[in-house]
Amino acid sequence: MPVSQNASGAKIWQLRNRNQTLARWAAYLAGVAVFMWCWQRISDATTWFFVWDAPRIAADIGGRAWPPRWSYMDKLWGPLWDTLNMATLGTLLALVMAVPVAFLAARNTTPSATFIRPIALFIIVATRSINSLIWALLLVAVIGPGVFAGLLAIAFRSIGFCAKLLYEAIEEIDPTQVEAITATGASRWQVMAYGIVPQIMPAFAGISVFRWDINIRESTVLGLVGAGGIGLQLQSSLNTLAWPQVTLILIVILAAVVIGEWVSAKVRGAII
Amino acid sequence: MLELKNLSKTYRTGDKALQNVTLTVPKGQVMALIGPSGAGKSTLIRCINRLVEPTSGSVILDGTDVTALGSGALRKMRRKMGMIFQQYALVERLTVMENVLSGRLGYVGFWRSYFRKYPQADVDEAFRLLDRVGLLAMADKRADELSGGQRQRVGIARALIQNPRLLLVDEPTASLDPKTSRQIMRLICELCAERDLAAVINIHDVALAQMFVERIVGLKAGELAFDGKPVEMTEDVLTNIYGEEDWHATIREVDDEDAEAEEPVA
Repeated sequence: MPVSQNASGAKIWQLRNRNQTLARWAAYLAGVAVFMWCWQRISDATTWFFVWDAPRIAADIGGRAWPPRWSYMDKLWGPLWDTLNMATLGTLLALVMAVPVAFLAARNTTPSATFIRPIALFIIVATRSINSLIWALLLVAVIGPGVFAGLLAIAFRSIGFCAKLLYEAIEEIDPTQVEAITATGASRWQVMAYGIVPQIMPAFAGISVFRWDINIRESTVLGLVGAGGIGLQLQSSLNTLAWPQVTLILIVILAAVVIGEWVSAKVRGAII
Repeated sequence: MLELKNLSKTYRTGDKALQNVTLTVPKGQVMALIGPSGAGKSTLIRCINRLVEPTSGSVILDGTDVTALGSGALRKMRRKMGMIFQQYALVERLTVMENVLSGRLGYVGFWRSYFRKYPQADVDEAFRLLDRVGLLAMADKRADELSGGQRQRVGIARALIQNPRLLLVDEPTASLDPKTSRQIMRLICELCAERDLAAVINIHDVALAQMFVERIVGLKAGELAFDGKPVEMTEDVLTNIYGEEDWHATIREVDDEDAEAEEPVA
């Protein structure tokens, strides 16, 4: 008991009594023990010779990778454009599919909370839980390699993300505005267009640019599995050990991501 | 014109918000509905246009039983009932003009309303109403740029452009300062008189109600507890509705009107 009395009868207050304090220390001890055990498992599975050797190898590769082969840039403009297209069109396609899913998933707009809402939530979870690289692997196998497979991979992966954030925004709207529009005798679709859509527009715009920004990053690696874009060049350069080209590609990817981030920050700042 | 017959509402939680309320509001009468928080005032108003489905009983407007209507007919019926809200309930991110025109949603089709192609007659009426409530210059402002009193005026214009037969007014002054409250109440009552509209006004401020309306109905725990003229509102009645309290100051103006003629009543 945190409040007790000492011998002279004065009240003493402590945050925890003795047993609670002991329990906390025991919990810390258990945590450290688990960490040590895991560390040992990893250590046993590691070939430490390679790790000690790592700085030398890294320096070796670094030496061969520098300077970047700038002339290779001529061959990168096309794939870079493909990458941007995959990200942008993929995001648009995802939004087109995410909006209805979000309205079906939001508690206050779903036509049926017992049947349709779980289906919508399942779509959200399913598309979100599969990484876009894995979507790309599957789609390359199904529809063949190329930019289109990458575009679809980006789109599928983004549906869940966008729909989830959007349905949360829909659930947080001010219901009295919806009530007021309903009270005018507006139809269901009019209530949506006047009472709900204006309220979620800022969230929608924010989510779109945020996802576009993420997709630029994701689309740069999709080429590794044959889904087109700059990742394809990265993979072939890696395979032929053309390290100066790899450096250039990494610089280009970095620049693309930074520019994408800058654009999305500007757009979000303008909306919110 | 408006008739409530044995209207009851029991929420799913078991709360009996309304119990056997029977009430008639004749054409053109402005009626105030008072009662403590939780007495069922908001529920009563929302049962009339079925934003809340009543559990039993009927609401009859101009001879039509509102509670029996299907969704299409209910939408047509809602056009006849303009509603004004406590927190104004304007669509904050739309302009004043869009908010006023949204009162016509029950009359125009989806695509017309979506592309904001309202009939010219509606636009003319919107300008006339904005002029009437003193906000003509604000037509292009966004609703969230306005002050509380201005927003409530937009809310009034939105209700009136429906060309309603009845106004349902839910705590119109609860978020406003005392002066603006009076102006808004005066405006609502004047407009009702101009257009011969009936109105049911939920209101907390008993003195304000006495100042403007011709009839006061008191609700207590979902049941009718008083129905009479403002002058019949005595301390005993208030004690019955709200519970024991010194009510002298609350209804002073009615009491003192005869006794102290030298004190001007605002």
